[in-house]
Amino acid sequence: MLKNFIPPDLFPAMPEIFLVLMACVILLVDAFLGRTQRWIVAALTIVSLIGCALITYQTMDGQVVLTFSNMFVDDLLADFLKLMLYLAVIVVVIYSRDYLVARQLDKGEYYVLVLFATVGMMVMISAAHFLTIYLGLELLSLSLYALVAIDRDSPKATEAAMKYFVLGALASGLLLYGMSMVYGATGTLEIGGVAQALHLGVANKTVLVFGLVFIVSGVAFKLGAVPFHMWVPDVYQGAPTPITLLIASAPKLAAYAIAMRMLVYGLFELAEHWQSMLMILAVLSIALGNLAAIAQTNIKRMLAYSTISHMGFMLLALMSGVVGPDKHFALNAYSSAMYYAVAYVIMSLGAFGMILLLSRAGYEAEHLDDLKGLNQRSPWFAAVMLAIMFSMAGVPFFVGFFAKFSVLLAAVDAGHIAVAVFAVMFSLIGAFYYLRVVKLMYFDAPVDNAPIQASLDMRFLLSLNGAAVALFGIFPDTLISLCTYALMRSL
Amino acid sequence: MEFKTFVFYVVAAILVFAALRTITARNPVHAALFLVLAFFSTAAIWMLLQAEFLAIILIMVYVGAVMVLFLFVVMMLDIDIARLRHRFWSYLPLGAMIGLLMVAEMALVLSGKYFSAAALPGQTMPEGYSNTKELGRLLYTEFVFPFELASVILLVGVIAAVMLTLRQRKDTKYQNPSEQLAVKRNDRVRLVKMATEKDLPAESEVKEGGQ
Repeated sequence: MLKNFIPPDLFPAMPEIFLVLMACVILLVDAFLGRTQRWIVAALTIVSLIGCALITYQTMDGQVVLTFSNMFVDDLLADFLKLMLYLAVIVVVIYSRDYLVARQLDKGEYYVLVLFATVGMMVMISAAHFLTIYLGLELLSLSLYALVAIDRDSPKATEAAMKYFVLGALASGLLLYGMSMVYGATGTLEIGGVAQALHLGVANKTVLVFGLVFIVSGVAFKLGAVPFHMWVPDVYQGAPTPITLLIASAPKLAAYAIAMRMLVYGLFELAEHWQSMLMILAVLSIALGNLAAIAQTNIKRMLAYSTISHMGFMLLALMSGVVGPDKHFALNAYSSAMYYAVAYVIMSLGAFGMILLLSRAGYEAEHLDDLKGLNQRSPWFAAVMLAIMFSMAGVPFFVGFFAKFSVLLAAVDAGHIAVAVFAVMFSLIGAFYYLRVVKLMYFDAPVDNAPIQASLDMRFLLSLNGAAVALFGIFPDTLISLCTYALMRSL
Repeated sequence: MEFKTFVFYVVAAILVFAALRTITARNPVHAALFLVLAFFSTAAIWMLLQAEFLAIILIMVYVGAVMVLFLFVVMMLDIDIARLRHRFWSYLPLGAMIGLLMVAEMALVLSGKYFSAAALPGQTMPEGYSNTKELGRLLYTEFVFPFELASVILLVGVIAAVMLTLRQRKDTKYQNPSEQLAVKRNDRVRLVKMATEKDLPAESEVKEGGQ
């Protein structure tokens, strides 16, 4: 009984173990540091993330390794997404530092919770079992709920946290309900086991499709796709900007990963069902996101609606994997979805980073008017913002263009020509509000003439971020082929 | 009648009695204590079913933690019993209907294909079998990864709770002894120069403005 149990191989899960340990260490170290020494905590956070990246790089051997009784998978897809995740979180921590210090929000708990949220995302990315997907998601969500409420004296933030918490709990409930139905139909929660049960056709199809509806709704909630998008604008607007930056960037990678693991790895036999569900979500998200963003005067709210439309695009790619003997098209679709998620993370980091750059002690750059005349105040950062906005709009030769292009190509390959045309039309409509930002920056007189105050590392990183948006647009092949390769070795 | 059956009927009778008293007792503290009795009886029934882990957990979690907290709340709040019982009869039909509905649902589930007594494994466990040990074995071997994750989630809960509640409220009044001791005369005493004489206001003004 106990004797024939083989202890799990801990090696593939080293990054997770390391990060949990480091988070606990940082929690302890922080207790002994005063207010003025908080930078040590920030530095430790970044060092542990870099350490994690090194460990992940070490354990990256291109093999699909299952461990912890088939609950944890370490494949190239997971490694690639995790490396992107560390990068995104490091950028978030550096961008947030000045803002948090100016508002006395740079508590040690901020860094610890960010690290635990990262662990949650890593668990989601590496999940090979419905239970671990759920637990990772909860770890991420709980950390985020607390982070949104980090500014206790702001009623807006508290309200946003409350909304996020209630709707997030509802979404988790939906997801769990779906998982329980899948368990009822197949008798297993292992993703591989579910796929096998479906393949053998022993499972009750009706119960499975019911479960699938709930699972797709749960994932759509977390992605913020219409009609499960209600929380997105309020939370983005209400949360302190560094937290918005975190919510808007890295979790999208994890959401992509769990969508892949559950739908493609687990429930691929039901693809015809979930593809049509995703199509509804994608079409509605692209339409509503782009239309509602036009009416916004608050940048954070505008970017929230823009997120919704971007998630619609990602779903468009996920639904375009053709079911059939030819796996080439499916691979193309899923890798373009991944490319879109990665490109979106790069762009949203830059966009919210820009808001953080323009904010200073006692002043929030939240309104579109705050961007007026940015070119006169700082031509360089106006150019960076220009690149990001053009890229989000999908103007050629920025990273966003190629992301949209590959998604549309996948959709056309799968025969969804009408949907692709629809998506293009709404991207055109969406271009209006991105270009409006550019117009405000270049052709309007500044309202606020205060010089931009930001630390050197943030200026440098934000410039790098803008450069990445432009460079990955000029040389798109590297990122696309990395995504395709990672997926090819993991499917 | 077998001894086990006899014990079951005794415990079940106590359980039904305790449950009834929970909703009929006039004193909320008595009601809570009857609920504790109901939990104990349920735990005893679980023991009879060889589910000793559930029995222990029921007593530890519900009696040990939840009910104690409940009693604290009941004792701390000033509950007006007369007002609570005031509309007992008008709520009774609704309550009875919901209760009947639940009974009907339970009956449907238990008489169904999957959960009827015939469909469930009914064999008695071998001697020395411990389901606590079996659960522990599963938790610490096969499910060790989710188990550890759950512990990390709890840790996050603790950190978040402390972060959100431990703060200096703006409206709290507190004393800072070190500041009190370090106080200088100049911080507290202010010398005001004023005229030694003052013109008295007229009689009529004092009368009007005085009160």
